[in-house]
Amino acid sequence: MDLLVHLENAGVSLGGKPILRHVDFDLQPGQVAGVTGPNGSGKTTLIRMLTTLLRVSEGAGSILGADVNSDQVFAVRPSIGMIGHNPALIDELTLRENLVHVVRLAGLAEERVDPVLEVVGLDEASDRRADASSFGMRRRIEVAHLLLTRPRLLLLDEATSGLDNSARELIDALMDRTIGDGGGVVMVSHDHQRLDESCDEVMALSSGRLERAR
Amino acid sequence: MSFWNQTLEIARVDLRVERRLGDTLRIVLPFAVVALMVFPLSLGIELATISRIGPAVFWALGILFGMQVALRQSAADTQERRDLHALLGVDPAARFVGRVLSGGVLMLAFLVVLFIAMVLIYGPTLPSGYWPTVLLGTVLFSIGLTELGTLAGEITAGLRNRTALASLIVAPLALPLVIGASQSLEALSRGTGILPWVLLMLATDLALAVIGVGMARPLEEATR
Repeated sequence: MDLLVHLENAGVSLGGKPILRHVDFDLQPGQVAGVTGPNGSGKTTLIRMLTTLLRVSEGAGSILGADVNSDQVFAVRPSIGMIGHNPALIDELTLRENLVHVVRLAGLAEERVDPVLEVVGLDEASDRRADASSFGMRRRIEVAHLLLTRPRLLLLDEATSGLDNSARELIDALMDRTIGDGGGVVMVSHDHQRLDESCDEVMALSSGRLERAR
Repeated sequence: MSFWNQTLEIARVDLRVERRLGDTLRIVLPFAVVALMVFPLSLGIELATISRIGPAVFWALGILFGMQVALRQSAADTQERRDLHALLGVDPAARFVGRVLSGGVLMLAFLVVLFIAMVLIYGPTLPSGYWPTVLLGTVLFSIGLTELGTLAGEITAGLRNRTALASLIVAPLALPLVIGASQSLEALSRGTGILPWVLLMLATDLALAVIGVGMARPLEEATR
């Protein structure tokens, strides 16, 4: 079976300073990998490297079959979904308009927006402007976006921080859907209990190096 | 999604955001009109001088306040939004063209209203048939200045003092546009041909379009 992610001795430097070093990492279809580590250890950099938005400075490997050192990565980016620290919404648009914007750019049918807004529990609040919406609501729009675009590789960077139980359940449902579609999930969190419950393996990142924790 | 659909979606959303914020027409434009009024007040009742300097003041204020219009998008651009577009597979060139399209429309509206205000306040003696020349010059100036602003925004993405740095890039590079636009009206007054000045602006616009489209992907990758 082809690996979703295969990295060998990969590293990332920013401004000449190494942030990640000698990262060996494999992710198989259907697998959930957890990553933990202290603040500043490079967790977000690892997630950004896995999105291919941050290119590897050293090492080799592939993400969704695309060589990480080549321009092949541009073609696989639409199959990668990320929930980062801050929801990427346009403040001046309503929640619904933000989702419509994403759907149009992804080339999907606009009719799919309203049903998914109902799924994430925002059907009644969808006309609220993003800058007048709570963090949880903004997060739900990101989940709705990923439910529609169905990424093969789902990257969660402390995605459940600050969310209530129902929003956490939505993210769990998104993970289940991704796994069910034959994709994989990489989850960064400080919540060890959640990592233990959700992940097939947990890795620890320390001073830019990734090691198996369990 | 095709290149042009992405382009139009980027432009559509940007214009919707502008309609709600009103940065250009409700904030920058009134300030520019107030600045237009300062010059006649300082010159007193020398109506002949006021009438003569009107078009020059218009282009000077056009570049100064136009830079704010041109840079408004990059001021609101966040890393998260850039990442979102990249992960949705948006072609960086489509992003550039879409932003130039919406920015160009706003710039054109801004300059047309500013020109009308200049005519009303300064009462310049304009040569016959000046409207087509003014409109052509304003369109070419709007496109070029927006391209420059968008390009400067991409170059300075992720940097501190981004807006100030982008202004430093835009101001000197906009000189061919200012010269072309102001001299085309001057040439019409003198009865000489406007073609060289139109060609200067057209060449600048085309060069910036080629650079903007060609450099969109490398710039996006380099500024993360």
